[in-house]
Amino acid sequence: MLVRFFGDLRAGGIPVTLPEFLSLLEALEARIAAQSPEQFYYLARMALVKDERHFDRFDRVFAEHFAGAEKVFEKIVAELPDEWLKQLTERLLTEEEKQRVAALGGWNKLLETLRERLAEQKKRHEGGSKWIGTGGTSPFGHGGFNPEGVRIGGKGGQRRAVKVWDARDYRNLDDGVELGTRNLKMALRRLRRFAREGAAEELDLDGTIDATARNAGLLDLKLVPERRNAVKLLLLLDIGGSMDAHVRVCEELFSAARAEFKHLEYFYFHNFTYERFWKDNRRRFSVVTNTTSLLRTFNSDYRVVIVGDATMSPYEIEQPGGSVEHWNEESGRVWMSRITAHFPRLVWLNPEAEDRWKWTPSIGIARDLVGGRMFPLTLHGLDDAMRELKRGKATPALSG
Amino acid sequence: MNQARFTGTDRYVATPDLMTAVNAAVTLARPLLIKGEPGTGKTQLAEEIARSLARPLYEWHVKSTSKAQHGLYEYDAVSRLRDSQLGDEKVREIRNYIVKGRLWEAFDSDVQPVLLIDEIDKADIEFPNDLLRELDRMEFYVHETRELVKARHRPIILITSNNEKELPDAFLRRCFFHYIRFPDAATMEKIVRVHFPDLKKELLAEALTAFFDVRETPGLKKKPSTSELLDWIKLLVAEDIPPEALRGDDPKKTIPILHGALLKNEQDVHLFEQLVFLNRRAGR
Repeated sequence: MLVRFFGDLRAGGIPVTLPEFLSLLEALEARIAAQSPEQFYYLARMALVKDERHFDRFDRVFAEHFAGAEKVFEKIVAELPDEWLKQLTERLLTEEEKQRVAALGGWNKLLETLRERLAEQKKRHEGGSKWIGTGGTSPFGHGGFNPEGVRIGGKGGQRRAVKVWDARDYRNLDDGVELGTRNLKMALRRLRRFAREGAAEELDLDGTIDATARNAGLLDLKLVPERRNAVKLLLLLDIGGSMDAHVRVCEELFSAARAEFKHLEYFYFHNFTYERFWKDNRRRFSVVTNTTSLLRTFNSDYRVVIVGDATMSPYEIEQPGGSVEHWNEESGRVWMSRITAHFPRLVWLNPEAEDRWKWTPSIGIARDLVGGRMFPLTLHGLDDAMRELKRGKATPALSG
Repeated sequence: MNQARFTGTDRYVATPDLMTAVNAAVTLARPLLIKGEPGTGKTQLAEEIARSLARPLYEWHVKSTSKAQHGLYEYDAVSRLRDSQLGDEKVREIRNYIVKGRLWEAFDSDVQPVLLIDEIDKADIEFPNDLLRELDRMEFYVHETRELVKARHRPIILITSNNEKELPDAFLRRCFFHYIRFPDAATMEKIVRVHFPDLKKELLAEALTAFFDVRETPGLKKKPSTSELLDWIKLLVAEDIPPEALRGDDPKKTIPILHGALLKNEQDVHLFEQLVFLNRRAGR
């Protein structure tokens, strides 16, 4: 029963692994959640789900799988030895009630009927006077009014109106992202090149030994700066319009890149590269950076990553004045070729799905313009892009 | 299973799901990873567990420069070298220069301790991976003295994270996970009661209404949290503000009194003022 639940969770897109499942079983064996379906739910969730974004998916699978979780508990209880049930119920019943149980034919009769009805029962049941379920007057189930009632599972009368997993409180945390920032960071790490720069704060062991030996054995400490990622990265991000659909993945890429690179510069553009970029989208018309000064400011050591879907009318690339929001004297093609000429190490990441590229002519044009170095914005594509950037033409200017 | 169960303390209100999580982690001796909005009492939880189960508490506050090794031990080679030149007798024993970390101290404890690894996401992205074996087997090897340090009692380990970095899957697999939700109004009332038992009912009701109103304002950069609510109420009590002052004619038309305790960001205050302004104009 639980094994199928495990399979359902995996099918439902929750990355559950076998050790986690085993630890849930271990916890169940330790009787941590023996008291109520809610506790079982909490326990299952804490053992199997490790990201609050998956809580909603878990709730859905849980609700589907244990449609009427009480029933599951009843099943578990039905498989338990009589003594256990008896003990439990004896604790819960008053003397008077016990006498009435005897009137009904005693314990064995009661349990026998319970088994029979469990077998008969096909569906979850609420109310009514015969079947097992919640809130009824049948002797079985819980939360009922029959004094002979065998209380099964949860604490009767204390249940909330809505079951916790049906409430689906975590709905808006589920975003179905395929690329987590962690994965992005790991991919970006390919592009690392360590160099020692900045304040000297690490012990230089070799240097110290050398200096101490020269100092006739008296200790002479030498410090060196810590190794840091010396790669310089320039991000050019397409913003607005058709990019709105890709905002999330771009944000993740941006935050991952920010954390990984010490020298990171970024600029925004709309649809295609023209004579200007900007840093602040709110002041995009007042505070702009001219592309020529951008090319002067950042030397060709910088690796350039362009992020954009390149989905537009081909005129926007080919024609002077083709831009959708201003009059550009020179075409996007001219500006792009200036950029690629200045920065030898450049890639284009495209959030649009790769199999759709061939249907959009402008993607083909942009791809040719960057010399075929366009990659899809997926983990695999990012990996390839980073490898491409790393290869590039190594210039001696960059000290390693 | 006669172990003491954690059911919250007189200073800490635990919801049923949190209790289940803590008790499962204690019983099975698995690390418990706690996430949640800032100010929902993640760090305090460890203190309260230690207090209610009467266990010693070891805290390891992780910083961006922390390395996993810092939690185990550090070998102070430099001072040993110095001592050797000064001819100190201590120098013959390498053990004198091994500085124990928090994890080692917790492993050494005579009774089962509570170990808090606070804000694990602050450290480098590889940090959690370096602790896998230690958390799994509760042992590590000291290379300098060639000894194996084993936990005498598997500590109750609590790990908190603010979601600044995602944690590796291999690490998550070894932990139980609990997400502290932002408390609903009823739980919040209990929490405030725990901290201010003598608070007047009217003031509490008004303060909570105002607080949840502020939280629901769309577009806030930083929503006020439980700890900020408590600070705010402390201020209200200290200034002796009557409940009527909080009510106003319409909560949307005024900024709550002493809002500085709730809104910690000038953009948020600004946004709030704008909203109030718009509401006033619309209401006229």
